[in-house]
Amino acid sequence: MKAFQSEDPLLQVRNVTRYYGDRIGCANVSFDLWPGEVLAIVGESGSGKTTLLNCLSTRLAPTAGAIEYRMRDGAMRNLYQLSEAERRLLMRTDWGFVHQNAADGLRMNVSAGANVGERLMAVGERHYGNIRATADDWLGRVEIESDRIDDDPRSFSGGMRQRLQIARNLVTQPRLVFMDEPTGGLDVSVQARLLDLLRRLVADLGLSVVIVTHDLAVARLLSHRIMVMRHGNVIETGLTDQVLDDPREPYSQLLVSSILQV
Amino acid sequence: MTGTAQLQTYDFAGGEYNFAYLDEQTKRMIRRAILKGIAIPGYQVPFASREMPMPYGWGTGGVQVTASILGKDDCLKMIDQGSDDTTNAVSLRGFFEKTAGVRTTYETSEATIVQTRHRIPEKPLREDQIIVFQVPIPEPLRFLEPRETETRKMHALEDYGLMHVKLYEDIAKNGHIATTYAYPVKVNGRYVMDPSPTPKFDNPKIDRMAALQLYGAGREKRIYAIPPYTDVKSLDFEDYPFEVQKFDMPCGLCGAENVYLDEVILDDKGGRMFVCSDSDYCEERRAEGHTGPMAADPAAVHIGGGKQEETDR
Repeated sequence: MKAFQSEDPLLQVRNVTRYYGDRIGCANVSFDLWPGEVLAIVGESGSGKTTLLNCLSTRLAPTAGAIEYRMRDGAMRNLYQLSEAERRLLMRTDWGFVHQNAADGLRMNVSAGANVGERLMAVGERHYGNIRATADDWLGRVEIESDRIDDDPRSFSGGMRQRLQIARNLVTQPRLVFMDEPTGGLDVSVQARLLDLLRRLVADLGLSVVIVTHDLAVARLLSHRIMVMRHGNVIETGLTDQVLDDPREPYSQLLVSSILQV
Repeated sequence: MTGTAQLQTYDFAGGEYNFAYLDEQTKRMIRRAILKGIAIPGYQVPFASREMPMPYGWGTGGVQVTASILGKDDCLKMIDQGSDDTTNAVSLRGFFEKTAGVRTTYETSEATIVQTRHRIPEKPLREDQIIVFQVPIPEPLRFLEPRETETRKMHALEDYGLMHVKLYEDIAKNGHIATTYAYPVKVNGRYVMDPSPTPKFDNPKIDRMAALQLYGAGREKRIYAIPPYTDVKSLDFEDYPFEVQKFDMPCGLCGAENVYLDEVILDDKGGRMFVCSDSDYCEERRAEGHTGPMAADPAAVHIGGGKQEETDR
């Protein structure tokens, strides 16, 4: 896969903490993410992975800490000091968010083509022919046949919906994509195909990705680096192969050894 | 418009209504909303809509707006689907005749206030006229985004990509923009607005109209406005520009072309005719001697009616 493209981090996370009342969602998380890098956040259910992801993607304000993002002009900006309008623009141009449940990320009652074209129209594209051509191109890239362009996602299988969601997110050429269990709920053969596709797209486009998963195999296939979370804290972080082949913390060892072998 | 804002005394026991039914404080509140609406063209101003003595859907929003701007010297015209003599128009005209005692008319040029449901008169309105629309659903984004908090935010941030998603869907499914009424417009380059369920045929009339346009939605509790001579652009795509409906025949009664026509079924053998939806316009043309291809048809004579009754008080 493509190596890091720049010396400057794309995303800088410092001491991000989120409390739910007295309970900890995630605590004191700090890391840097470089352009072209795929970071996997792994851990069991309730370990704070999704809370962290939501904080990073401005969907949930952290209780404390700072998250800075390098805008296209090269300046680092604190995400929570952006205006709502700037944040929205960021979310629909420079970022993507792939939900576990594709229905959360898609408009289920408009056609696949409109789903892919929505972001283009949101940033001011007003030529129907161009929008449709782009949508068609992206459907091809995620292996959805052209003749499904006018079908509702409701008529799509789970795997197709997930691929459509990915196309919808990538159409504006984002630099950073957040993924929340993108392969959850899919059967293994569909999962394998989706992972293949993701791996190719990420490498081709040089995307930075923060991916949350409880599936270590997904982390192994996609990510360069891994963060292991437990009880809201990051307990181990390192290169993917290093963490998975030679886990240091007892909990990471447990996690790795719990994978079923067939 | 009324001159005095002070409370008038009225006698409930005697069965007297306050002028134009609403009490003066309510009218004042509605006028404030109207003024705000005029100041921010196309913006939906929330207001404390009152229960009116008619069901929602009959035009309670338009009636409240009209009641608030009505003065004793005004002359009122009521339109329902272009016509002056269908149920809704007759009832609401009767309502204001009873509660305000103002002069009413069928003639567009004579009216100072025109309250309408679904149509804008064919005859261009003047600067000294006001047109009041009855609006069922003021939010153009409603069927795409059900959350009010979200649609308000979208308006605030000018986040209107979704509106084009709807038009995209139209073209994808039908090969052309199939939205024919409540066709979304952008007012003064800022707010996307629903011009109420008027046919898109009337959208060009909204653009830079000389008269003040007021829109009232009673159930949804919103008022919005377009001041005179404001730019109003119908949304479209570069390769699928906005266009209005075209009719391949003139009005059967008066022969008018380039007007909005209604289809009228004449019998159960497929007989039908197309006539002006704006009944006043059609009658005026016939009075001037214009005749359409079916004007002599016995069925048409029945539909066209005899002489218009005198409605002026």
